[in-house]
Amino acid sequence: MKPRRVHFFATCLIDLFAPRAGMAAIELLEQAGIEVLYPEGQGCCGQPAWNAGYRREARRVIEAQLALFPGEEPIVVPSASCAGMMRHHWPEAFEPGTDLRALAHERAARVVEWSDFMVREVAPDWPRVAEGEAVVLHDSCSARREMGVAGQARVLLEAIGAVVREPEGAETCCGFGGSFAVKQADISGAMLADKMTAIEATSAPTLLSQDCGCLMHIGGGFGKRGRSLCVQHVAEFLWQRLMPEPMS
Amino acid sequence: MSGDDFDQRIRSALGDDQLRANFHAAMQGFIERRAAQFPDPEDLQRRRDRAAAIREHSLRRLPELLETLERQLTANGICVHWARDAGAANRIVAGLLAERGIGKVVKGKSMVTEEIGLNDHLAAQGVQVIESDLGEFIIQLAGEAPSHIVVPAVHKNRREIADLFRRHIRGVEVTEGVDELTAIARRELRHQFATAGAGISGVNFLVAETGTLCLIENEGNGRMTTTVPPLHIAVTGIEKVIPKLEDLPPLLDLLPKSATGQPITTYVNLISGPRPPDELDGPREVHLVLIDNGRSRIQSDERFIDTLRCIRCGACINHCPVFVEIGGHAYGSTYPGPIGLVLEPQRMGLDRAGDLLSACTLCGRCGEVCPVRIPLPKLIGRLRRFAVEPAEDGATPLAGQGSQRRALEALLWRIWAWVYAHPRIYGGLAWLLTRSRRWLPQRIGGWSRYRSVPRPASRSLHERMKQRRRQ
Ligand code: SF4
Repeated sequence: MKPRRVHFFATCLIDLFAPRAGMAAIELLEQAGIEVLYPEGQGCCGQPAWNAGYRREARRVIEAQLALFPGEEPIVVPSASCAGMMRHHWPEAFEPGTDLRALAHERAARVVEWSDFMVREVAPDWPRVAEGEAVVLHDSCSARREMGVAGQARVLLEAIGAVVREPEGAETCCGFGGSFAVKQADISGAMLADKMTAIEATSAPTLLSQDCGCLMHIGGGFGKRGRSLCVQHVAEFLWQRLMPEPMS
Repeated sequence: MSGDDFDQRIRSALGDDQLRANFHAAMQGFIERRAAQFPDPEDLQRRRDRAAAIREHSLRRLPELLETLERQLTANGICVHWARDAGAANRIVAGLLAERGIGKVVKGKSMVTEEIGLNDHLAAQGVQVIESDLGEFIIQLAGEAPSHIVVPAVHKNRREIADLFRRHIRGVEVTEGVDELTAIARRELRHQFATAGAGISGVNFLVAETGTLCLIENEGNGRMTTTVPPLHIAVTGIEKVIPKLEDLPPLLDLLPKSATGQPITTYVNLISGPRPPDELDGPREVHLVLIDNGRSRIQSDERFIDTLRCIRCGACINHCPVFVEIGGHAYGSTYPGPIGLVLEPQRMGLDRAGDLLSACTLCGRCGEVCPVRIPLPKLIGRLRRFAVEPAEDGATPLAGQGSQRRALEALLWRIWAWVYAHPRIYGGLAWLLTRSRRWLPQRIGGWSRYRSVPRPASRSLHERMKQRRRQ
């Protein structure tokens, strides 16, 4: 039975840089008859500081999120890397045996990545409104490995008839890696160049992913080169094809 | 190693298109061949479980196993030496050679001798060291260090090797044929085996129960090194021990498959002692130098003991998206790639090798392929933490703990945490950023060297949701 209600954790990048992706993910849930709770005080999963080694700082931010998701509803996250952070690392942030650890565990167990949730819990019966439209899908490393949900975005896209292409070397990281992109900018740039070559070789006009971090990095790379590729979160692409009304 | 040197080496590696092409081609080959060895993913997971359990179990019982090992080796006539650190190990090997007046040795491939700098030490004592592994032979001619723990000369292509041979070996014709090049090396090495006073080798596994040294290789040079000269000195880390002979096959199965995608190596040498009096071949003496060099400290640290499971297959390196861009030399350490990131800061201290930890996107691919299931990404994350967080009261600090903390970076993270832990402050800041989106800087350090700078949306999702609720 599909859940009647979910919590939605939008992630910091979506909040500030891609709110349309967040809105699309929410509206597609609602369209399927699911009530979406959007806790006001939400901010960031803590991943940037956590991965940089600044765990105390990460812990402060995680702690602030823990109180926001009471109840038993799934916590749906439109980003595999943030979902991975919440699912696998939130509990680790706190000392074993403490109340916060127990709370983090409870929250972590309810975290679901958005495309995975849509496929498994919603199984939407969408019309094939994008029949034959070619897109290239970048499954993020977190989707592929930490969360094991690579493939779910493809299921959704194929459900509306899109032709999903995979870049060569799809299993290889795009070179984003959070602060890696700044700290090791030159290596990141080299990895990005490889990834862009593989993406362009598919000649699909639209690049999609379930992770806005990768998209900001790869999209920024195309932007810098002046290429006019459409770069979108999977949810936003689906929404644009499926919803007749403009976004609220 | 300082951060600046690391940056310098990275830049020069990235600027060398030939080098990058060599690595891309070679690593891709290894990745494909490894994948072909494991057609059934579930079967692979079972094998990894088994191998991981053997290694984990061995490490938990390390002190006891080492005692058994020493007893059995001694009973087999193999002389055991314990070396606390690199200096001690070098002195033991040099001493064994000096006592016997040996001036020339042949060597098989061994990363641990790279770790302790044995070749340089012996050269300083006037001992001629001849590397007998083809890859090691090549980089010895070039005067370089290995760029990969399994394939030390992988950074060189055929043309570069042909050039090297032409310059250093007398009477070499112009050729780029692999067979010809191998034949040249073979010819050069053959007479060295016959005239060397000792053979020095590494060890892949030490079997405690039987006192056996297991050494795998493809060229037969390992067998020559360990059997032709009258003295064989094996050198290895204490963590290589496993309890029983029956623990060997699962590891021997995964090691070459994970490393180079071979079902098995051409040679599997099981060495159980020197030549008995009534036999005609084999060395008269076999010595084993067991090196600690920081390993027992890692073994006793619950947070990092998994590091020592490593069987040096190099799969994590082959699959690392950073390694393939910069190659092994850029790391400036003995062990490059993911295992290097985990091992070197522990071995050398976070102050000396902590900068390596930045060379990782945490993509997780290394952890996925490691045959003994070392949680490499988790260990890298943990080390990053100790690199910037000073030890808490009462906790034993890692060497160099907190040394990578930079005041400005720490301040930025504190501000970040303060903003995101306070929704109203974040809300205000987001309002400001969305309203000033057109005037924000278009260049941000390393980011904008390769990417355009993302512009905040006109309204945050928070704002949109608030507005929606009001409607
Ligand atoms: S860490 Fe694992 S994958 Fe890497 S060399 Fe060691 S055993 Fe192989």
